[in-house]
Amino acid sequence: MVLDRETKLKKLKEHQTKVNMIFQDQDCGQMLDKCLSMSPDEIIAEVTESGLKGRGGAGFPTGLKWKFAAEQKSDVKYVICNADEGEPGTFKDRQILEEQAAKVFAGMAICSRAVNASEGIIYLRGEYNYLRPRLQEELDAFNKKLKEKGFKFSIIIKSGSGAYVCGEETALIESLEGYRGEPRNKPPYPVSHGYMNKPTVVNNVETLVYCAMIIRMGNKEFLQLGTKDSRGAKVFSVSGDADVEGIYELELGMTIREFVDLFGDGDTKAVQVGGSSGHCVPRRDFEKTIIGFEGVPTGGSMMLFNSSRSMYHVLHNYLEFFCEESCGQCTPCRVGSQQLLRGIEAIKKGEKPPEYLNELKKLAETMKVAAKCGLGQSVPNPFLSIVNNFYEEIIF
Amino acid sequence: MVKLTINKIPVSVEPGTSILEAARKVGITVPSLCYHKDLCIAGNCRVCLVEVKGERTLTASCAVPVYEGMEVFTNTLKVRNARKNVIELLLSEHRCDCLKCEKNGKCELQDLAQEYRVEEKSFIDLSIGKRIDRSSPAIEKDDSKCIRCQRCVRTCAELQDVSALTVARKGEHMFISTFMHKPLADVVCTNCGQCVNRCPTGALVERNYMEEVWEAIDDPKKHVVVQTAPAVRIALGEDLGYDPGERVTGKMVTALKRMGFDKVFDTDFTADLTIMEEGTELLTRLKQALVDKEKVALPMFTSCSPGWIKYIEHEFSNNLDNLSTCKSPQQMFGPLAKTYYAEKAGIDPKDIVCVSVMPCTAKKYEARRPEMKASGFRDVDIVLTTRELAKMIKQGGNDFRHMEEGEFDSLLGKSTGAAVIFGATGGVMEAALRTAYEIVTGHEVPFPNLNIMPVRGMEGVREASIKIEGCVDAWKFLEGVELKVAVAHGLANARKVMKQVAEGTSPYHFVEVMACPGGCLGGGGQPIPTDMETRKKRAMAIYEEDEHMEFRKSHENPEVKLIYDDFLEKPLGHKSHELLHTHYTKRMTK
Ligand SMILES: Cc1cc2nc3c(=O)[nH]c(=O)nc-3n(C[C@H](O)[C@H](O)[C@H](O)COP(=O)(O)O)c2cc1C
Ligand code: SF4
Ligand code: SF4
Ligand code: SF4
Ligand code: SF4
Ligand code: FES
Repeated sequence: MVLDRETKLKKLKEHQTKVNMIFQDQDCGQMLDKCLSMSPDEIIAEVTESGLKGRGGAGFPTGLKWKFAAEQKSDVKYVICNADEGEPGTFKDRQILEEQAAKVFAGMAICSRAVNASEGIIYLRGEYNYLRPRLQEELDAFNKKLKEKGFKFSIIIKSGSGAYVCGEETALIESLEGYRGEPRNKPPYPVSHGYMNKPTVVNNVETLVYCAMIIRMGNKEFLQLGTKDSRGAKVFSVSGDADVEGIYELELGMTIREFVDLFGDGDTKAVQVGGSSGHCVPRRDFEKTIIGFEGVPTGGSMMLFNSSRSMYHVLHNYLEFFCEESCGQCTPCRVGSQQLLRGIEAIKKGEKPPEYLNELKKLAETMKVAAKCGLGQSVPNPFLSIVNNFYEEIIF
Repeated sequence: MVKLTINKIPVSVEPGTSILEAARKVGITVPSLCYHKDLCIAGNCRVCLVEVKGERTLTASCAVPVYEGMEVFTNTLKVRNARKNVIELLLSEHRCDCLKCEKNGKCELQDLAQEYRVEEKSFIDLSIGKRIDRSSPAIEKDDSKCIRCQRCVRTCAELQDVSALTVARKGEHMFISTFMHKPLADVVCTNCGQCVNRCPTGALVERNYMEEVWEAIDDPKKHVVVQTAPAVRIALGEDLGYDPGERVTGKMVTALKRMGFDKVFDTDFTADLTIMEEGTELLTRLKQALVDKEKVALPMFTSCSPGWIKYIEHEFSNNLDNLSTCKSPQQMFGPLAKTYYAEKAGIDPKDIVCVSVMPCTAKKYEARRPEMKASGFRDVDIVLTTRELAKMIKQGGNDFRHMEEGEFDSLLGKSTGAAVIFGATGGVMEAALRTAYEIVTGHEVPFPNLNIMPVRGMEGVREASIKIEGCVDAWKFLEGVELKVAVAHGLANARKVMKQVAEGTSPYHFVEVMACPGGCLGGGGQPIPTDMETRKKRAMAIYEEDEHMEFRKSHENPEVKLIYDDFLEKPLGHKSHELLHTHYTKRMTK
């Protein structure tokens, strides 16, 4: 069933009347009042019961993260908004910051009350620096409002250093502290030893907006959306061979088939869910694959490929990206990424036999469990899903 | 105590212990590369992976502390396969030419490759061609052998606070570099060699001058003399099958003679001489300050550690006047060999080749400083490290263990316990105090058995004060003065002491600084591995040797008395100034 563009847009509109939390205008003053009327425990309970999981990619339950941070005894605690958005094909955080910055700030303020933090930092991707003057203006007004309402919390903006890996929360913290953006050993986690070794909550831009909305409206509306494992909705960045491109907030739990019907050009052969570090879903799995934590999780990037695309080239591009963007400190990621890339090249050129792919798959399995951070651990996601589903395109 | 199991064996350790350390406590070895006991945890090589029950991924055992009830498995198939993969990856980046490599047989990567039966190139060869920096006369850096464990970077930053080495670029292009990628000779590197001492592979090694020495020995026209530093004899054995802390002084002397050196002298002799000069210099400065009310730089700093000298020249170049003008014992020896000894032995100094064996890589650099030509010739021609000497002893084909004990040759070979302890942090201070106190008061330092315990030990900065009592007439102005001294080892600790000086708040009269942790016994040219335990054992050997010496105060050394009578006349005399003292150079701070 191939829908024409008009119908798709209409259907999307309908969807959007049902799901509209992120881009809905809100009175932030009221949000803050509501927050002040609740105790920290109540805020944490509200967020926990909503089932909200982090929207930055890793999907850690937000309420639990806040609870851990709240339990820490420390004179200083931090709330960091991760606005490093470096995943190729993802641009949803930018749009949220452009249109709903105050709600992001409100989310941080709510978190600060929940965990008793005194300082907030927005780590803004270097490329988004053009947003800074406007953000700063809004932030100044917001900080003033915080003060008026009696919050002992204020927010500053810091520019990112331009590396993808700095989106990883501990690399982000290193970068904020003025060091090279290299991920740290975990444990300890930022909730106990974060920025300046103090308890720190790092949340994605979108996560913070959902928190603000959950506090504003109660978690009922959120709980009505999504599935048991993937509550609520999320913002998607749709790109590639798509009839309809752009940023859309959609309910979690839909199948790839439903998604492709809404956005695809009628010839979609694969969808890369979650950007370069995500999984590639081939057409034959569209029906059975759910977008969400029980199926394919995503930080928001959805890239569609039609039959004109060579999956070899798609994979090649991803691997080149990782060879470049790995911080380079750990062996499995730094060398492993290069071996996967050079390996498929060698097979393509006939310098290595097709069976060499088995060695590479074993290597990918090692990378999953041996790399130091999420970057290296997820290089195998695109590799294995593309190699396993598009074997011929890789070999021949 | 935290209770856990490792391979089902119950283990109980202090909270905060890493899995790796806990495993080693019960005799389970877990391989490691980036881990080093002296350094903070990096967790980047990933060869120490283990399986922890309940974890999705494998765990880097060096980086993760134990918790109550943890169940660890160090040798499952999953673990072995992952480790093997990691080693294969490292080798795929690596320019393997073990047979030609300085580290062959002493390389942690090679050991692991053997243990895991890894074939050299299971993956595609990613190694870069030779990329060797030989700009420094002391240290050689070969990027094509680097496994990016960052031990060197951590060493230079944490122990030395120099940060000459940094991580540059990212991803596949990541490598260990310097400020603006300049050659090592053109940056703030002090040549201390501490990074060399901790590099697990052949990526950082000392400049090797063994062949030059063999050639000189083989040349019938050359008269080749060798001097050996105090810290060599207590560590050399480690590279020849002995345990840390076993002294091999006599065997070393015999080995050197058998190798064909014409004379085997002792740097300990010039260490005693250093004390005479430096002690007198200190007393002179005190007199200038207290009696003549002249402006004179105090505290005075020792100057026998060339890594420290280069460091202060870069980092605190406004305080060069605080340095004693005494050359290091190595550089005092050189000109004396080519003047005093040459004269006495009737040998043309141009035919003398002066070799020294040092625990130190910075001494290779020091010997090449342009001003080190007091004899009219290059004072010290070739500097070897303890490690190079061990290799040469093996090459010479002599059975070291069964060698008889030899004696140093005379004229420049006699020494005292005071010189012996130069090898340990605090040793120069102790030796200087033993002599200076006696010059001033006419009696021995007021410590049982001459052992000045407050300046001994491994604490980063130690201080002591001695009340001077019962001065002889010439030094009456020092009566009742509290002499305040400090000892620092490792340049990170030196910085702490120097900061006070730069800010004008230093309370001391005299400060000893050694560039290397533990002093020369932990020098960059010493046998690898080095850690606190090894350093403590070496220190024990040094103090033992001191206790067994006939003389234990530098001014009692009969050959030192002789050289002053026969040649130098008196400490700080005209000849001393010409041959034994030096000046320093301001250097850039990047
Ligand atoms: C390589 C890498 C890049 C990442 N980039 C981002 C990013 O750009 N933005 C983000 O919010 N989270 C990013 N993350 C996830 C963060 O580490 C962290 O989990 C997240 O900010 C937590 O917020 P959340 O719980 O609200 O998702 C990245 C993780 C990795 C491993
Ligand atoms: S996995 Fe990659 S990005 Fe993460 S620490 Fe290792 S090298 Fe750096
Ligand atoms: S560094 Fe080690 S593995 Fe590499 S060539 Fe040298 S000895 Fe061989
Ligand atoms: S020799 Fe010393 S100063 Fe130079 S890089 Fe190595 S550790 Fe740093
Ligand atoms: S030079 Fe040696 S110590 Fe430094 S990163 Fe390379 S292998 Fe490690
Ligand atoms: S020794 Fe543990 S990661 Fe290197």
